[in-house]
Amino acid sequence: MPSVMLKKNTEGKLVFYVPKKDLEEVAESVEFDSPEKWGGEVLLSDGSKYYFEPIDGQPDFPVTLRAKRLDSGE
Amino acid sequence: MAALTREETEALIQEVLEIYPEQARKDRAKHLAVNDQSLEKSNKCITSNRKSQPGTMTIRGCAYAGSKGVVWGPIKDMIHISHGPVGCGQYSRAGRRNYYVGTTGINTFGTMNFTSDFQEKDIVFGGDKKLAKIMNEIEGLFPLNKGISIQSECPIGLIGDDIEAVAKKANKEIGKPVVPVRCEGFRGVSQSLGHHIANDAIRDWVLENRDGDDSFPTTPYDVAVIGDYNIGGDAWASRTLLEEMGLRVVAQWSGDGTIAEMEKTPKVKLNLIHCYRSMNYIARHMEEKYKIPWIEYNFFGPTKIAESLRKIAALFDETIQAGAEKVIAKYQAEYDAVIAKYKPRLTGKRVMLYVGGLRPRHVIGAYEDLGMEVVGTGYEFGHNDDYDRTIKEMGNATLIYDDVTGYEFEEFVKRVQPDLIGSGIKEKYIFQKMGIPFRQMHSWDYSGPYHGYDGFAIFARDMDMTLNNPCWKQVKVPWKTEESPKVAIAASA
Repeated sequence: MPSVMLKKNTEGKLVFYVPKKDLEEVAESVEFDSPEKWGGEVLLSDGSKYYFEPIDGQPDFPVTLRAKRLDSGE
Repeated sequence: MAALTREETEALIQEVLEIYPEQARKDRAKHLAVNDQSLEKSNKCITSNRKSQPGTMTIRGCAYAGSKGVVWGPIKDMIHISHGPVGCGQYSRAGRRNYYVGTTGINTFGTMNFTSDFQEKDIVFGGDKKLAKIMNEIEGLFPLNKGISIQSECPIGLIGDDIEAVAKKANKEIGKPVVPVRCEGFRGVSQSLGHHIANDAIRDWVLENRDGDDSFPTTPYDVAVIGDYNIGGDAWASRTLLEEMGLRVVAQWSGDGTIAEMEKTPKVKLNLIHCYRSMNYIARHMEEKYKIPWIEYNFFGPTKIAESLRKIAALFDETIQAGAEKVIAKYQAEYDAVIAKYKPRLTGKRVMLYVGGLRPRHVIGAYEDLGMEVVGTGYEFGHNDDYDRTIKEMGNATLIYDDVTGYEFEEFVKRVQPDLIGSGIKEKYIFQKMGIPFRQMHSWDYSGPYHGYDGFAIFARDMDMTLNNPCWKQVKVPWKTEESPKVAIAASA
C-alpha cells in the first residue's frame, strides 16, 4: 500500500510519484476518470498497475493517495 | 585517445570487477553501467541508493552531513547546534563555502561551530539538560539569532534523548523557532536521507509558521530559489539573472538564506529547484499543500542557462518572457567572448566527474559549451530519479558509476585517461599524483561562483588554468618511465 503523490503535468497527463521508490512515471490510463468518479486501476508507462479506491468526483491535484500495487509489470 | 566503444567500456567494467570476491562483485556490478540513451528508465541499467559494501572505499557522507552541512547549515541567521560530541561539527565547520552577507557572531552564524560537546556523563545520564542550558546561553550571548536548530549526531538517537520536548519548551521560553532535527549519522545509507529528514523538519517546524498571515505583500512574479547553497557565491550569480528578467526572488534556500525567507516561501508563485536531490521533497510538499508548482532549472553554461530562463519565463506572462530574451541578449557578447577565448584551448578534452547532488548531470552542458566531452559521471548518493535525468545528458557508451569505490575510480581513470577529473578533496591528490589535472567540483576548488553567466566565465578560466597548466609536463610518475610511455596504456584500452 504505497503512498502515491499524483499531479498533472503540463500536457494534462497524470504523473505518478512514489517517494520511497523514487518512482516517477506518467500514467497511461485511469479506469475511471470523469468529473463524477475517479479511481480504479491505473496503468503506468513502465507496465506496472496500481489500484485506487474509486472516489466521487475528481481529486484536487496534486494530492497524495494510498494505492494498492497490482502488477509490477515485469 | 579515441573514445571507448560500448564493448570496450563493458569489458573495462568486467575487468575492474574481477578483483572483488564473488558477493561484492555481484553487488558492485549493479552500480556500474554503460550509458544507453535509448533507455527511458535508469532502473534497467543501474542500481542506486543502496548501502555501500564494507571494505570498499566509499566517498559518501552521513545523514548529519546532509542535514547540518547541506540543508540547515547555510541558513545564516539561525544557530545550528551540533548536538553530540564535538568532532562532527568541528571538522565540517565552514568547509562548504556557503557565502553569506552579515556580521559573523553578531547577526549571522554561518561559519561558526556550536556544539553541546558531549562527555561520558551526558551519554550516561542523557544530554537534555545540557541542551536546554546551552540554548539559554545562546540567547544570552547571541541575542540577534532568529532561531535555533538542533542537529542530532549519532549518540542522540542511541541514548534516546527527547530533543523534541526540549525544543518545544525552549521555543516557549525564548519565543523563536527551535527546530529539532533527527539526522543522526547512522540513519540511511548516505547523506541523502539527511536531506530528506531536514526537508521534513522544515515542513513540520518552519513552513506553517506564517499560514493565515497575509501581511506579506505579494506580486505575481514571486519565486523562490530552492536548492542553491551559494557555494562561492553561486546563488547570487543566479539571483541577478532572475531579477533582471523581472522576477522577484522572495527566498533563497538555503545559501545566504534566512528563516524569515523560508517562512515566506509558501506565498510564492513558483519554486525553482536547482539541486533536485536535496530539496525536491519540500518542493513536492509545497506543491501539494500550497499548490505551488515547481520546476528544475540548470544555470551551468550559456546553453543551459538560456534553456532554463526560457523554461521559467514560459510559466509567466509576456513581460517576463521578453525579460528572459533581454537577459540572454544582454550577456551574449560576454559569454561569446568567453567561449571564443577558451574553447580553442579546451576543445576535445575529455572529463570524468564524480560528485554529488545535481552536478554530475548539470555541469555537462557547461563543459560541452567549451567543446569538452564528459566521458564518465557518477553520483555519491543519487537515486534512480537522478539517473533517469542523467541518461539523456550523457553521450552513448560513456561510463556511469554509482557510489564508486576508490579502487574502481582509479582503475577507470587509468584506462579511460581523461584530460581532467572533477571530484572532491579526497580524490584530488591521488589523481594529481597520477599526473592528471584535477578540479574539486564540490567547493569549486576555492573559486566560484560557477552558476550563471558571470559564473561561466570563471568556470571556463578555472578549467583552462588547471588543464593547460605547464606543471603537468613536469610531473613524472614512477610508472610512466621512458620505456613505458603513456601510449602503451592507451593502446591496450
